[in-house]
Amino acid sequence: MLDIQKIRADFPILKRKVNGKPLVYFDNAATSQTPQVVIDAIADYYSNYNSNIHRGVHTLSQEATDAYEVARKKVQAHFNAKHDHEIILTAGTTHAINIVATGFTQFLGEGDEVIVSALEHHSNIVPWQMLCERTGATLKVIPMSQEGSLLMDVYEQLLSDKTKLVFVNHVSNALGTVNPIEFIIEKAHAVGAAVLIDGAQATPHMKPDVQALDVDFYVASAHKLCGPTGVGLLYGKETWLNKLPPYQGGGDMIDQVTFEKTTYAGLPFKFEAGTPNICGGIAFGVALDYMNSVGFDHIAAYEKELLDYATNELKAIEGLQIYGEADEKTAVISFNVGAIHPYDIGTIIDKLGIAVRTGHHCAQPIMNFYKIPGTIRASFAFYNTKEEIDVFVTAVKKAVMMLS
Amino acid sequence: MSIKEIQDEIVSEFEMFDDWMQRYEYMIDLGKDLPLIDEKYKTDKNIIKGCQSKVWVHADLDGEKLNFTADSDAIITKGIIAILIRSFSGQHPAAIIEADTDFIDKIGLKEHLSPTRANGLVSMIKQLKMYAVAYQTQLN
Repeated sequence: MLDIQKIRADFPILKRKVNGKPLVYFDNAATSQTPQVVIDAIADYYSNYNSNIHRGVHTLSQEATDAYEVARKKVQAHFNAKHDHEIILTAGTTHAINIVATGFTQFLGEGDEVIVSALEHHSNIVPWQMLCERTGATLKVIPMSQEGSLLMDVYEQLLSDKTKLVFVNHVSNALGTVNPIEFIIEKAHAVGAAVLIDGAQATPHMKPDVQALDVDFYVASAHKLCGPTGVGLLYGKETWLNKLPPYQGGGDMIDQVTFEKTTYAGLPFKFEAGTPNICGGIAFGVALDYMNSVGFDHIAAYEKELLDYATNELKAIEGLQIYGEADEKTAVISFNVGAIHPYDIGTIIDKLGIAVRTGHHCAQPIMNFYKIPGTIRASFAFYNTKEEIDVFVTAVKKAVMMLS
Repeated sequence: MSIKEIQDEIVSEFEMFDDWMQRYEYMIDLGKDLPLIDEKYKTDKNIIKGCQSKVWVHADLDGEKLNFTADSDAIITKGIIAILIRSFSGQHPAAIIEADTDFIDKIGLKEHLSPTRANGLVSMIKQLKMYAVAYQTQLN
Protein backbone atom coordinates (compact mmCIF):
# COMPACT_ATOMS: atom_id res chain seq x y z
CA MET A 1 0.00 0.00 0.00
CA LEU A 2 1.17 3.48 -0.84
CA ASP A 3 1.02 6.22 1.75
CA ILE A 4 -0.42 8.80 -0.63
CA GLN A 5 -0.32 11.72 1.80
CA LYS A 6 3.37 11.06 2.41
CA ILE A 7 3.99 10.84 -1.33
CA ARG A 8 2.05 14.05 -1.97
CA ALA A 9 4.25 15.84 0.55
CA ASP A 10 7.23 15.04 -1.73
CA PHE A 11 5.76 17.28 -4.48
CA PRO A 12 5.79 20.97 -3.53
CA ILE A 13 3.64 22.02 -6.51
CA LEU A 14 0.70 19.96 -5.24
CA LYS A 15 0.29 22.50 -2.44
CA ARG A 16 -0.42 25.41 -4.75
CA LYS A 17 -3.72 26.98 -5.64
CA VAL A 18 -4.97 27.75 -9.12
CA ASN A 19 -7.68 30.37 -9.59
CA GLY A 20 -8.16 30.29 -5.83
CA LYS A 21 -8.79 26.52 -5.72
CA PRO A 22 -6.43 23.72 -4.71
CA LEU A 23 -4.66 22.44 -7.80
CA VAL A 24 -5.96 19.14 -9.18
CA TYR A 25 -3.30 18.04 -11.63
CA PHE A 26 -4.64 15.50 -14.12
CA ASP A 27 -2.34 16.31 -17.03
CA ASN A 28 0.31 13.77 -16.11
CA ALA A 29 0.44 12.28 -19.59
CA ALA A 30 1.74 15.65 -20.80
CA THR A 31 4.30 15.99 -18.05
CA SER A 32 4.62 14.65 -14.53
CA GLN A 33 5.31 16.79 -11.47
CA THR A 34 8.70 16.96 -9.82
CA PRO A 35 9.49 15.65 -6.34
CA GLN A 36 11.68 17.66 -3.96
CA VAL A 37 14.60 15.19 -4.27
CA VAL A 38 14.83 15.93 -7.99
CA ILE A 39 14.53 19.69 -7.44
CA ASP A 40 17.28 19.37 -4.80
CA ALA A 41 19.51 17.45 -7.22
CA ILE A 42 19.14 20.25 -9.77
CA ALA A 43 19.94 22.91 -7.17
CA ASP A 44 22.87 20.85 -5.87
CA TYR A 45 24.38 20.53 -9.34
CA TYR A 46 24.29 24.27 -10.02
CA SER A 47 25.26 25.15 -6.44
CA ASN A 48 28.19 22.77 -6.06
CA TYR A 49 29.68 21.19 -9.17
CA ASN A 50 28.35 22.81 -12.36
CA SER A 51 31.00 22.27 -15.05
CA ASN A 52 31.45 20.69 -18.45
CA ILE A 53 31.89 16.94 -18.64
CA HIS A 54 34.21 14.52 -20.43
CA ARG A 55 36.76 17.30 -20.93
CA GLY A 56 38.28 18.88 -17.90
CA VAL A 57 40.94 17.45 -15.62
CA HIS A 58 39.79 19.71 -12.81
CA THR A 59 37.82 18.44 -9.84
CA LEU A 60 34.44 19.95 -10.71
CA SER A 61 34.53 18.48 -14.19
CA GLN A 62 35.45 15.09 -12.76
CA GLU A 63 32.59 15.25 -10.29
CA ALA A 64 30.09 16.28 -12.94
CA THR A 65 31.34 13.59 -15.34
CA ASP A 66 31.08 10.96 -12.64
CA ALA A 67 27.56 12.03 -11.68
CA TYR A 68 26.46 12.06 -15.33
CA GLU A 69 27.88 8.60 -15.98
CA VAL A 70 26.31 7.30 -12.75
CA ALA A 71 22.98 8.57 -14.09
CA ARG A 72 23.55 6.69 -17.35
CA LYS A 73 24.18 3.52 -15.32
CA LYS A 74 20.95 4.11 -13.39
CA VAL A 75 19.05 4.37 -16.68
CA GLN A 76 20.79 1.22 -17.90
CA ALA A 77 19.83 -0.66 -14.74
CA HIS A 78 16.25 0.63 -14.81
CA PHE A 79 15.66 -0.57 -18.38
CA ASN A 80 17.92 -3.60 -17.95
CA ALA A 81 20.11 -2.78 -20.95
CA LYS A 82 23.07 -5.10 -21.38
CA HIS A 83 25.65 -2.29 -21.62
CA ASP A 84 25.68 1.28 -20.36
CA HIS A 85 26.92 2.47 -23.75
CA GLU A 86 23.62 1.28 -25.23
CA ILE A 87 21.98 4.18 -23.38
CA ILE A 88 22.17 7.44 -25.34
CA LEU A 89 21.03 10.41 -23.29
CA THR A 90 19.02 12.65 -25.60
CA ALA A 91 16.95 15.81 -25.35
CA GLY A 92 13.84 13.65 -25.10
CA THR A 93 11.71 11.11 -26.96
CA THR A 94 11.32 13.18 -30.13
CA HIS A 95 15.07 13.70 -30.38
CA ALA A 96 15.66 9.97 -29.83
CA ILE A 97 13.19 9.01 -32.57
CA ASN A 98 14.82 11.45 -34.96
CA ILE A 99 18.28 9.95 -34.36
CA VAL A 100 16.98 6.57 -35.50
CA ALA A 101 14.75 7.86 -38.31
CA THR A 102 17.57 9.95 -39.76
CA GLY A 103 20.08 7.15 -39.32
CA PHE A 104 17.93 4.70 -41.24
CA THR A 105 18.03 6.87 -44.38
CA GLN A 106 20.99 4.93 -45.72
CA PHE A 107 19.42 1.53 -45.02
CA LEU A 108 16.18 2.08 -46.94
CA GLY A 109 15.26 2.41 -50.59
CA GLU A 110 12.33 2.07 -52.95
CA GLY A 111 10.36 -1.10 -52.44
CA ASP A 112 11.13 -1.18 -48.72
CA GLU A 113 8.30 -0.83 -46.27
CA VAL A 114 8.02 0.63 -42.80
CA ILE A 115 5.06 0.02 -40.51
CA VAL A 116 3.56 2.48 -38.03
CA SER A 117 0.43 2.16 -35.90
CA ALA A 118 -2.80 4.16 -36.14
CA LEU A 119 -2.38 5.05 -32.46
CA GLU A 120 0.75 7.15 -32.81
CA HIS A 121 1.59 10.61 -31.53
CA HIS A 122 2.72 13.03 -34.27
CA SER A 123 6.32 12.68 -33.08
CA ASN A 124 6.16 8.99 -34.00
CA ILE A 125 4.56 9.64 -37.40
CA VAL A 126 6.21 12.68 -38.90
CA PRO A 127 9.90 11.59 -38.64
CA TRP A 128 9.01 8.30 -40.38
CA GLN A 129 7.02 10.07 -43.09
CA MET A 130 10.06 12.25 -43.68
CA LEU A 131 12.24 9.13 -43.78
CA CYS A 132 9.93 7.58 -46.40
CA GLU A 133 10.01 10.79 -48.46
CA ARG A 134 13.82 10.76 -48.40
CA THR A 135 14.21 7.11 -49.30
CA GLY A 136 11.18 6.20 -51.40
CA ALA A 137 10.11 3.58 -48.87
CA THR A 138 6.39 3.04 -48.25
CA LEU A 139 4.62 3.74 -44.94
CA LYS A 140 2.02 1.15 -43.87
CA VAL A 141 -0.38 1.66 -40.98
CA ILE A 142 -1.69 -0.92 -38.48
CA PRO A 143 -5.37 0.00 -38.07
CA MET A 144 -7.27 0.19 -34.78
CA SER A 145 -10.64 -0.97 -33.47
CA GLN A 146 -13.40 1.25 -32.03
CA GLU A 147 -12.15 0.33 -28.55
CA GLY A 148 -8.72 1.69 -29.45
CA SER A 149 -6.83 -1.60 -29.83
CA LEU A 150 -4.48 -2.32 -32.72
CA LEU A 151 -5.66 -5.06 -35.08
CA MET A 152 -2.94 -7.69 -34.79
CA ASP A 153 -4.30 -9.90 -37.58
CA VAL A 154 -3.96 -6.99 -40.03
CA TYR A 155 -0.47 -6.31 -38.67
CA GLU A 156 0.58 -9.86 -39.49
CA GLN A 157 -0.75 -9.42 -43.02
CA LEU A 158 1.21 -6.18 -43.45
CA LEU A 159 4.50 -7.87 -42.55
CA SER A 160 6.63 -9.25 -45.36
CA ASP A 161 10.26 -9.53 -46.36
CA LYS A 162 9.91 -5.94 -47.62
CA THR A 163 9.33 -4.72 -44.06
CA LYS A 164 12.48 -3.11 -42.71
CA LEU A 165 11.23 -1.20 -39.68
CA VAL A 166 8.27 -1.24 -37.33
CA PHE A 167 7.54 1.56 -34.85
CA VAL A 168 4.76 1.54 -32.35
CA ASN A 169 4.18 3.29 -29.08
CA HIS A 170 4.13 1.09 -26.02
CA VAL A 171 1.12 3.04 -24.72
CA SER A 172 -1.05 5.45 -26.71
CA ASN A 173 -0.88 9.02 -25.39
CA ALA A 174 -4.40 9.91 -26.48
CA LEU A 175 -6.25 6.77 -25.33
CA GLY A 176 -3.94 4.97 -22.89
CA THR A 177 -4.10 1.68 -24.78
CA VAL A 178 -1.22 -0.67 -23.86
CA ASN A 179 -0.08 -2.24 -27.11
CA PRO A 180 1.01 -5.91 -27.33
CA ILE A 181 4.61 -5.00 -28.06
CA GLU A 182 6.03 -8.46 -27.24
CA PHE A 183 3.96 -9.91 -30.08
CA ILE A 184 4.73 -6.96 -32.39
CA ILE A 185 8.49 -7.33 -31.82
CA GLU A 186 8.50 -11.10 -32.24
CA LYS A 187 6.57 -10.99 -35.53
CA ALA A 188 8.71 -8.15 -36.91
CA HIS A 189 11.90 -10.02 -36.10
CA ALA A 190 10.53 -13.10 -37.84
CA VAL A 191 10.63 -11.15 -41.15
CA GLY A 192 13.96 -9.50 -40.32
CA ALA A 193 12.60 -6.03 -39.49
CA ALA A 194 13.92 -3.79 -36.72
CA VAL A 195 11.54 -2.39 -34.10
CA LEU A 196 11.46 0.96 -32.31
CA ILE A 197 9.13 1.25 -29.35
CA ASP A 198 8.14 4.72 -28.13
CA GLY A 199 7.87 4.32 -24.38
CA ALA A 200 7.07 7.94 -23.50
CA GLN A 201 3.60 7.08 -22.17
CA ALA A 202 4.43 3.63 -20.82
CA THR A 203 7.46 4.36 -18.66
CA PRO A 204 5.56 6.40 -16.03
CA HIS A 205 3.41 3.35 -15.31
CA MET A 206 5.62 0.29 -15.83
CA LYS A 207 9.23 -0.82 -15.98
CA PRO A 208 10.16 -2.22 -19.38
CA ASP A 209 12.98 -4.76 -19.66
CA VAL A 210 14.60 -4.11 -23.03
CA GLN A 211 16.50 -7.43 -23.04
CA ALA A 212 13.42 -9.49 -22.23
CA LEU A 213 11.51 -7.57 -24.91
CA ASP A 214 14.40 -8.14 -27.34
CA VAL A 215 13.54 -4.68 -28.72
CA ASP A 216 16.00 -2.97 -31.09
CA PHE A 217 15.27 0.61 -29.97
CA TYR A 218 13.34 1.93 -27.00
CA VAL A 219 12.85 5.66 -26.37
CA ALA A 220 11.41 7.69 -23.49
CA SER A 221 11.43 11.12 -21.78
CA ALA A 222 12.52 11.98 -18.25
CA HIS A 223 9.87 14.66 -17.75
CA LYS A 224 7.07 12.11 -17.70
CA LEU A 225 8.97 10.14 -15.06
CA CYS A 226 9.18 12.84 -12.40
CA GLY A 227 12.38 14.13 -14.00
CA PRO A 228 13.16 17.44 -15.70
CA THR A 229 12.25 18.46 -19.26
CA GLY A 230 14.85 18.37 -22.04
CA VAL A 231 16.29 14.96 -21.32
CA GLY A 232 15.40 11.45 -22.40
CA LEU A 233 16.90 8.27 -23.64
CA LEU A 234 17.52 6.26 -26.72
CA TYR A 235 18.20 2.65 -25.93
CA GLY A 236 19.59 0.78 -28.90
CA LYS A 237 21.10 -2.65 -29.23
CA GLU A 238 24.86 -2.27 -29.50
CA THR A 239 24.92 -3.79 -33.01
CA TRP A 240 22.34 -1.28 -34.26
CA LEU A 241 23.95 1.73 -32.64
CA ASN A 242 27.27 0.77 -34.20
CA LYS A 243 25.62 0.56 -37.61
CA LEU A 244 23.72 3.86 -37.40
CA PRO A 245 25.60 7.00 -38.50
CA PRO A 246 25.95 9.93 -36.06
CA TYR A 247 23.01 12.33 -36.01
CA GLN A 248 24.79 15.58 -35.27
CA GLY A 249 28.41 16.60 -35.65
CA GLY A 250 30.19 18.47 -32.90
CA GLY A 251 32.32 18.20 -29.82
CA ASP A 252 32.38 15.07 -27.69
CA MET A 253 31.32 12.80 -30.58
CA ILE A 254 34.73 12.63 -32.25
CA ASP A 255 37.85 10.52 -31.97
CA GLN A 256 40.26 12.38 -34.29
CA VAL A 257 39.56 15.50 -36.32
CA THR A 258 41.63 16.79 -39.22
CA PHE A 259 40.31 18.81 -42.14
CA GLU A 260 40.70 15.73 -44.32
CA LYS A 261 38.89 13.21 -42.13
CA THR A 262 37.15 12.85 -38.79
CA THR A 263 36.78 9.57 -37.00
CA TYR A 264 33.94 9.21 -34.57
CA ALA A 265 34.00 8.38 -30.93
CA GLY A 266 32.62 5.07 -29.76
CA LEU A 267 29.27 4.53 -28.11
CA PRO A 268 27.50 6.30 -26.52
CA PHE A 269 29.40 9.51 -27.36
CA LYS A 270 28.97 9.11 -31.13
CA PHE A 271 25.36 10.25 -30.60
CA GLU A 272 26.01 12.86 -27.93
CA ALA A 273 27.51 15.78 -29.81
CA GLY A 274 28.02 19.02 -27.93
CA THR A 275 27.50 19.76 -24.27
CA PRO A 276 24.57 17.66 -23.15
CA ASN A 277 21.90 18.49 -20.59
CA ILE A 278 24.26 17.52 -17.79
CA CYS A 279 22.08 18.63 -14.91
CA GLY A 280 19.02 17.09 -16.58
CA GLY A 281 20.77 13.77 -17.01
CA ILE A 282 21.84 13.68 -13.37
CA ALA A 283 18.34 14.65 -12.22
CA PHE A 284 16.86 11.96 -14.48
CA GLY A 285 18.87 9.37 -12.54
CA VAL A 286 17.55 10.75 -9.25
CA ALA A 287 13.97 10.70 -10.62
CA LEU A 288 14.33 7.01 -11.53
CA ASP A 289 15.60 6.30 -8.02
CA TYR A 290 12.56 8.08 -6.63
CA MET A 291 10.09 6.20 -8.85
CA ASN A 292 11.73 2.91 -7.95
CA SER A 293 11.59 3.74 -4.25
CA VAL A 294 7.82 4.18 -4.63
CA GLY A 295 7.83 0.96 -6.63
CA PHE A 296 6.29 0.31 -10.04
CA ASP A 297 4.15 -2.59 -8.76
CA HIS A 298 2.56 -0.24 -6.23
CA ILE A 299 2.21 2.52 -8.81
CA ALA A 300 0.46 0.24 -11.32
CA ALA A 301 -1.94 -1.21 -8.74
CA TYR A 302 -2.87 2.17 -7.29
CA GLU A 303 -3.28 3.86 -10.69
CA LYS A 304 -5.58 1.01 -11.78
CA GLU A 305 -7.73 1.78 -8.73
CA LEU A 306 -7.86 5.47 -9.69
CA LEU A 307 -8.66 4.60 -13.32
CA ASP A 308 -11.52 2.26 -12.40
CA TYR A 309 -12.94 4.72 -9.89
CA ALA A 310 -12.80 7.68 -12.29
CA THR A 311 -14.18 5.63 -15.19
CA ASN A 312 -17.23 4.62 -13.13
CA GLU A 313 -17.83 8.11 -11.79
CA LEU A 314 -17.53 9.73 -15.21
CA LYS A 315 -19.76 7.18 -16.91
CA ALA A 316 -22.57 8.21 -14.58
CA ILE A 317 -22.63 11.61 -16.34
CA GLU A 318 -25.34 11.62 -18.99
CA GLY A 319 -24.05 11.79 -22.55
CA LEU A 320 -20.43 11.19 -21.56
CA GLN A 321 -18.50 9.14 -24.07
CA ILE A 322 -15.12 7.60 -23.29
CA TYR A 323 -12.69 7.03 -26.17
CA GLY A 324 -10.33 4.12 -25.77
CA GLU A 325 -11.60 1.23 -23.72
CA ALA A 326 -9.01 -1.39 -24.47
CA ASP A 327 -8.71 -4.18 -21.90
CA GLU A 328 -5.13 -3.13 -21.20
CA LYS A 329 -4.86 0.59 -20.60
CA THR A 330 -2.98 3.00 -18.38
CA ALA A 331 -4.58 5.61 -16.13
CA VAL A 332 -5.77 7.86 -18.95
CA ILE A 333 -9.37 8.76 -19.75
CA SER A 334 -10.15 10.55 -22.99
CA PHE A 335 -13.76 11.70 -23.25
CA ASN A 336 -16.38 14.13 -24.50
CA VAL A 337 -19.81 15.02 -23.17
CA GLY A 338 -22.54 15.14 -25.80
CA ALA A 339 -21.68 17.64 -28.49
CA ILE A 340 -19.94 20.05 -26.10
CA HIS A 341 -16.56 21.14 -27.41
CA PRO A 342 -13.71 19.78 -25.25
CA TYR A 343 -12.19 23.24 -25.17
CA ASP A 344 -15.29 24.65 -23.44
CA ILE A 345 -15.21 22.09 -20.65
CA GLY A 346 -11.43 22.44 -20.27
CA THR A 347 -11.77 26.22 -19.90
CA ILE A 348 -14.48 26.01 -17.24
CA ILE A 349 -12.79 23.35 -15.14
CA ASP A 350 -9.49 25.25 -15.30
CA LYS A 351 -11.32 28.04 -13.47
CA LEU A 352 -12.04 25.41 -10.81
CA GLY A 353 -8.35 24.59 -10.40
CA ILE A 354 -8.28 21.47 -12.54
CA ALA A 355 -5.56 20.84 -15.10
CA VAL A 356 -6.49 18.49 -17.95
CA ARG A 357 -5.48 18.41 -21.57
CA THR A 358 -7.97 19.32 -24.27
CA GLY A 359 -7.58 19.06 -28.01
CA HIS A 360 -6.22 16.50 -30.41
CA HIS A 361 -3.28 15.49 -28.16
CA CYS A 362 -0.89 15.63 -31.14
CA ALA A 363 -2.67 12.56 -32.46
CA GLN A 364 -4.90 13.95 -35.21
CA PRO A 365 -5.24 10.57 -37.01
CA ILE A 366 -6.96 9.15 -33.90
CA MET A 367 -9.34 12.12 -33.70
CA ASN A 368 -10.11 11.70 -37.41
CA PHE A 369 -10.83 8.02 -36.76
CA TYR A 370 -13.49 8.94 -34.19
CA LYS A 371 -14.58 11.99 -36.27
CA ILE A 372 -14.21 14.39 -33.35
CA PRO A 373 -12.27 17.69 -33.01
CA GLY A 374 -10.57 16.45 -29.87
CA THR A 375 -11.21 15.15 -26.39
CA ILE A 376 -10.75 16.07 -22.78
CA ARG A 377 -7.98 13.89 -21.43
CA ALA A 378 -7.58 13.27 -17.72
CA SER A 379 -4.39 11.37 -16.95
CA PHE A 380 -3.55 10.23 -13.45
CA ALA A 381 -0.34 9.65 -11.55
CA PHE A 382 0.41 7.83 -8.33
CA TYR A 383 0.21 11.09 -6.34
CA ASN A 384 -3.40 11.71 -7.34
CA THR A 385 -6.32 10.75 -5.10
CA LYS A 386 -9.94 9.65 -5.27
CA GLU A 387 -10.90 12.90 -3.53
CA GLU A 388 -9.36 14.80 -6.45
CA ILE A 389 -11.36 12.66 -8.85
CA ASP A 390 -14.52 13.64 -6.93
CA VAL A 391 -13.63 17.34 -7.30
CA PHE A 392 -12.97 16.77 -10.99
CA VAL A 393 -16.24 14.91 -11.64
CA THR A 394 -18.22 17.62 -9.83
CA ALA A 395 -16.44 20.26 -11.92
CA VAL A 396 -17.24 18.46 -15.17
CA LYS A 397 -20.91 18.27 -14.13
CA LYS A 398 -20.89 22.00 -13.34
CA ALA A 399 -19.31 22.78 -16.72
CA VAL A 400 -21.85 20.63 -18.55
CA MET A 401 -24.66 22.47 -16.77
CA MET A 402 -23.22 25.86 -17.78
CA LEU A 403 -22.63 24.80 -21.36
CA SER A 404 -25.85 22.95 -22.17
CA MET B 1 -21.91 54.73 -30.75
CA SER B 2 -18.17 54.66 -31.19
CA ILE B 3 -16.15 51.50 -30.62
CA LYS B 4 -14.94 52.94 -27.31
CA GLU B 5 -18.51 53.64 -26.19
CA ILE B 6 -19.68 50.15 -27.08
CA GLN B 7 -16.71 48.65 -25.26
CA ASP B 8 -17.47 50.75 -22.17
CA GLU B 9 -21.05 49.53 -22.34
CA ILE B 10 -19.89 45.88 -22.47
CA VAL B 11 -17.56 46.50 -19.53
CA SER B 12 -20.41 47.96 -17.44
CA GLU B 13 -22.62 44.98 -18.29
CA PHE B 14 -19.92 42.59 -17.05
CA GLU B 15 -19.41 44.68 -13.91
CA MET B 16 -22.85 43.63 -12.72
CA PHE B 17 -21.52 40.15 -12.00
CA ASP B 18 -19.58 39.24 -8.89
CA ASP B 19 -17.87 36.04 -9.91
CA TRP B 20 -16.27 34.45 -12.91
CA MET B 21 -19.03 31.87 -13.31
CA GLN B 22 -21.67 34.51 -13.86
CA ARG B 23 -19.37 36.37 -16.24
CA TYR B 24 -18.80 33.21 -18.25
CA GLU B 25 -22.52 32.45 -18.29
CA TYR B 26 -23.19 35.96 -19.57
CA MET B 27 -20.51 35.55 -22.23
CA ILE B 28 -22.10 32.25 -23.29
CA ASP B 29 -25.44 34.08 -23.55
CA LEU B 30 -23.88 36.79 -25.71
CA GLY B 31 -22.58 34.02 -27.96
CA LYS B 32 -26.15 32.99 -28.63
CA ASP B 33 -26.85 36.43 -30.17
CA LEU B 34 -23.83 36.27 -32.45
CA PRO B 35 -24.70 37.31 -36.03
CA LEU B 36 -24.11 33.97 -37.66
CA ILE B 37 -21.92 33.59 -40.69
CA ASP B 38 -23.63 32.35 -43.87
CA GLU B 39 -22.96 28.62 -44.31
CA LYS B 40 -21.32 29.30 -47.68
CA TYR B 41 -18.56 31.27 -45.93
CA LYS B 42 -17.85 28.49 -43.44
CA THR B 43 -14.89 27.33 -45.47
CA ASP B 44 -11.44 26.21 -44.37
CA LYS B 45 -10.13 29.46 -45.83
CA ASN B 46 -12.17 31.47 -43.33
CA ILE B 47 -11.06 29.49 -40.28
CA ILE B 48 -8.90 31.53 -37.92
CA LYS B 49 -5.65 29.72 -37.25
CA GLY B 50 -4.35 29.43 -33.72
CA CYS B 51 -7.61 28.43 -32.06
CA GLN B 52 -8.21 25.01 -30.49
CA SER B 53 -11.83 25.33 -31.56
CA LYS B 54 -12.91 26.32 -35.06
CA VAL B 55 -13.76 29.97 -35.61
CA TRP B 56 -15.01 31.30 -38.92
CA VAL B 57 -15.30 35.02 -39.63
CA HIS B 58 -16.64 36.94 -42.60
CA ALA B 59 -16.94 40.68 -43.24
CA ASP B 60 -19.24 42.66 -45.56
CA LEU B 61 -18.98 46.30 -46.43
CA ASP B 62 -22.24 48.24 -46.12
CA GLY B 63 -21.59 51.72 -47.50
CA GLU B 64 -18.58 52.76 -45.47
CA LYS B 65 -19.31 50.49 -42.50
CA LEU B 66 -18.07 47.01 -41.95
CA ASN B 67 -20.37 44.25 -40.70
CA PHE B 68 -19.01 41.02 -39.29
CA THR B 69 -20.57 37.58 -39.04
CA ALA B 70 -18.95 34.57 -37.41
CA ASP B 71 -19.42 31.17 -35.83
CA SER B 72 -17.51 28.69 -33.72
CA ASP B 73 -17.93 25.06 -32.71
CA ALA B 74 -17.10 25.97 -29.09
CA ILE B 75 -19.56 27.93 -26.99
CA ILE B 76 -17.07 30.03 -25.02
CA THR B 77 -15.18 30.94 -28.17
CA LYS B 78 -18.50 31.95 -29.70
CA GLY B 79 -19.04 34.30 -26.77
CA ILE B 80 -15.62 35.86 -27.15
CA ILE B 81 -15.99 36.47 -30.88
CA ALA B 82 -19.52 37.84 -30.28
CA ILE B 83 -18.12 40.42 -27.85
CA LEU B 84 -15.44 41.45 -30.34
CA ILE B 85 -17.88 41.68 -33.22
CA ARG B 86 -20.35 43.71 -31.17
CA SER B 87 -17.64 46.30 -30.61
CA PHE B 88 -16.44 46.35 -34.25
CA SER B 89 -19.55 45.81 -36.40
CA GLY B 90 -21.15 48.85 -38.00
CA GLN B 91 -17.93 50.82 -37.71
CA HIS B 92 -15.70 52.42 -40.32
CA PRO B 93 -12.70 50.25 -41.21
CA ALA B 94 -10.32 53.05 -40.21
CA ALA B 95 -11.83 53.11 -36.70
CA ILE B 96 -11.49 49.32 -36.42
CA ILE B 97 -7.84 49.44 -37.45
CA GLU B 98 -7.11 51.99 -34.74
CA ALA B 99 -9.29 50.49 -32.00
CA ASP B 100 -7.66 49.04 -28.93
CA THR B 101 -9.04 45.96 -27.20
CA ASP B 102 -8.00 46.56 -23.59
CA PHE B 103 -11.65 46.22 -22.55
CA ILE B 104 -11.22 42.42 -22.69
CA ASP B 105 -8.94 42.78 -19.68
CA LYS B 106 -11.55 44.83 -17.85
CA ILE B 107 -14.32 42.26 -18.24
CA GLY B 108 -12.25 39.65 -16.45
CA LEU B 109 -11.17 37.67 -19.48
CA LYS B 110 -7.56 38.71 -19.24
CA GLU B 111 -6.32 35.12 -19.31
CA HIS B 112 -7.63 34.82 -22.85
CA LEU B 113 -5.33 37.58 -24.04
CA SER B 114 -2.14 35.58 -23.68
CA PRO B 115 -0.77 34.86 -27.15
CA THR B 116 -0.17 31.22 -26.21
CA ARG B 117 -3.74 30.72 -25.08
CA ALA B 118 -5.34 28.03 -27.19
CA ASN B 119 -8.49 29.98 -27.99
CA GLY B 120 -6.52 32.41 -30.07
CA LEU B 121 -8.25 35.63 -29.03
CA VAL B 122 -5.20 37.44 -30.33
CA SER B 123 -5.61 35.72 -33.71
CA MET B 124 -9.28 36.70 -33.78
CA ILE B 125 -8.52 40.37 -33.18
CA LYS B 126 -5.81 40.23 -35.82
CA GLN B 127 -8.18 38.65 -38.34
CA LEU B 128 -10.93 41.25 -37.74
CA LYS B 129 -8.38 44.02 -38.19
CA MET B 130 -7.07 42.37 -41.36
CA TYR B 131 -10.55 42.60 -42.84
CA ALA B 132 -10.67 46.26 -41.87
CA VAL B 133 -7.31 46.89 -43.53
CA ALA B 134 -8.45 45.11 -46.71
CA TYR B 135 -11.69 47.12 -46.94
CA GLN B 136 -9.97 50.36 -46.03
CA THR B 137 -7.73 49.87 -49.06
CA GLN B 138 -10.84 49.32 -51.15
CA LEU B 139 -12.43 52.54 -49.86
CA ASN B 140 -9.36 54.66 -50.61
